[in-house]
Amino acid sequence: MLEVQNLSMRFGGLLAVDQVSLDVQEHEIVSIIGPNGAGKTTVFNCMSGFYKPTSGKILFEGHEVQGKPDFRISRLGMVRTFQHVRLFNRMTVVENLLVAQHRHLNTNLISGLLKTPSYREREQKSLDRASYWLDRVGLLDLANRDAGNLAYGQQRRLEIARCMVTEPKLLMLDEPAAGLNPAETRDLNQLIVSLKEDYNVSVVLIEHDMSLVMDISDRINVINQGRPLASGTPDEIRNNDDVIKAYLGEA
Amino acid sequence: MAAHNLKHALFCAIVTLIVAYPILGFNLVSSGTDIILEGATTQTVISVLLAAVVVFLFQLFRDNIMALLGKAPALNPLANRQPMEQSKRLKLESTILTLIIIGALFWPFFVSRGSVDLATLVLIYIMLALGLNVVVGLAGLLDLGYVAFYAVGAYTFALLSQYYGVSFWFALPIGALLAALFGLVLGFPVLRLRGDYLAIVTLGFGEIIRILLNNMTSLTGGPNGIGGIPDPTLFGMEFGRRVKEEGNTSFHETFGIAYSSEHKIIFLYLIALVLAVFTALVIRRLMRMPVGRAWEALREDEIAARSLGLSRTSVKLSAFTIGAFFAGFAGTVFASKQGFISPESFVFLESAIVLAIVVLGGMGSQLGVILAAIAVTILPELAREFSEYRMLIFGAAMVLMMVWRPQGLMPMRRIHIELEKQE
Repeated sequence: MLEVQNLSMRFGGLLAVDQVSLDVQEHEIVSIIGPNGAGKTTVFNCMSGFYKPTSGKILFEGHEVQGKPDFRISRLGMVRTFQHVRLFNRMTVVENLLVAQHRHLNTNLISGLLKTPSYREREQKSLDRASYWLDRVGLLDLANRDAGNLAYGQQRRLEIARCMVTEPKLLMLDEPAAGLNPAETRDLNQLIVSLKEDYNVSVVLIEHDMSLVMDISDRINVINQGRPLASGTPDEIRNNDDVIKAYLGEA
Repeated sequence: MAAHNLKHALFCAIVTLIVAYPILGFNLVSSGTDIILEGATTQTVISVLLAAVVVFLFQLFRDNIMALLGKAPALNPLANRQPMEQSKRLKLESTILTLIIIGALFWPFFVSRGSVDLATLVLIYIMLALGLNVVVGLAGLLDLGYVAFYAVGAYTFALLSQYYGVSFWFALPIGALLAALFGLVLGFPVLRLRGDYLAIVTLGFGEIIRILLNNMTSLTGGPNGIGGIPDPTLFGMEFGRRVKEEGNTSFHETFGIAYSSEHKIIFLYLIALVLAVFTALVIRRLMRMPVGRAWEALREDEIAARSLGLSRTSVKLSAFTIGAFFAGFAGTVFASKQGFISPESFVFLESAIVLAIVVLGGMGSQLGVILAAIAVTILPELAREFSEYRMLIFGAAMVLMMVWRPQGLMPMRRIHIELEKQE
């Protein structure tokens, strides 16, 4: 479904990502792990179109997407979350979910001003989808709060819900468990697995929480200092000498 | 702490002296062909010294005074009440608004000509502020050159009527659309800019338009401006004493009433009222539509908005274009009201005042912006007795507002949406 081939990203003299390759099949959770500063988020930024990679190819469903503008990539069905939660803070929770469904603004400008039946129907559909996902992540009661006033764990869940209302095929989560307590992490674990099982979404995950990664990943890619270090199933990674060295240092 | 306060207070008092003494103390008096510098009278010196002492004392006991003032809201019985339920509030709001509009329709028939004229100006500023509210309040794009679009609207009408004899009603949509086109044109180069950089570029754009109007003498008459802009007509009826254009009839003859110059003023006021209501309704609708939410999303977090598939280009351009469109509206009405326009009406101060209205009213809040437009336009008129201290009072009022109510007169309220649980 997604294939990254020999991706490199250079900032001036710094080669942040060097020849990284990875692939994601349908119905799969793939993790990217590595020490801080290894270039994981840079890979994400290239994949989601925030950076134009220096070289390499990114194929999504067979189409090259590297260097395309970010909003086009997201319209193809590749949507991401951020390491630091990025919500529309002064808008309400439900408005956050409505905005995410407004990709084609110009087509309904006139019909919206006139409130035509087809426009109403579309609005109602967006509302229904928003309310479904709010219920799914347990935020329905908070629908009319300002998003910025939610607790941190709730904001994390809202961000994922906001991605899901766009009906993505591939969801990219950048450290979704950062700042969550163990109970919240367990909920998140279940949520991610259910996204894959019930909604048929593939997931790419950057995460430091090893229990989460080892639990839910189908495959894991390890990056160290911008270079790919290893890839394989959780068991293979757990027993890989290079990975242990990179994480724990050499004796 | 006390020592620090004392130092700070002394410093403030000295600054007051340095600033106040030359401005208030020295007078330039002309005697014959010469100009003589006169020193301050004792009275002025005493009042300047008194002012310095007041500043000194205020700064010295600033913390205590501010603490006292902080308790002041507790005296306000409305301060801690529960917010009204949304359905109730909306009903109350729409009732009040309908009453105000009905009142505004009949009001001009009972008051003086000057008040109606002023009210027309207020309505023009309301249109401008509502339009700028889209750009600054909703989309979060700081536009300091908004007056340019106002000028485009006004000059479109003036030029069309001068060269092609186009009437107000034809020029109104053309002026607004042309202003919108200029908004679009400005939008493109500033797509990537935000914050301070955007402010500077829009400021430059506003000046470019003004200077162009000033220097294209052959077309616009330069600083001499364009006069003789026709008044609007009502279904071909003119409001002048005599009919200027062939084929038209005059209003007072058709209805068999005595000619009165007030008819024209009231008619213009009613046009401005209808257009202002139209502006408010359209923008209110837009705010609750996808495009309005997209503006706000872009203001809140551009990166997140893009990651969800919103195109920065179309969101920003739509905000600029729609804001400019309503400025064009206001400009056309202004040209018709004045009958004469020159580049002097479109200086940076106008942009600043409209921006002040938006900020004072509460970014994004329509009702707040309308109230602020009324206050900002009428207050200087009421304070006319203070003549040269008018702007000083205006400035002081702004500073106080920003200190005590930075969110504006009536901050924007979010609409609650009832959701049904989905299975």
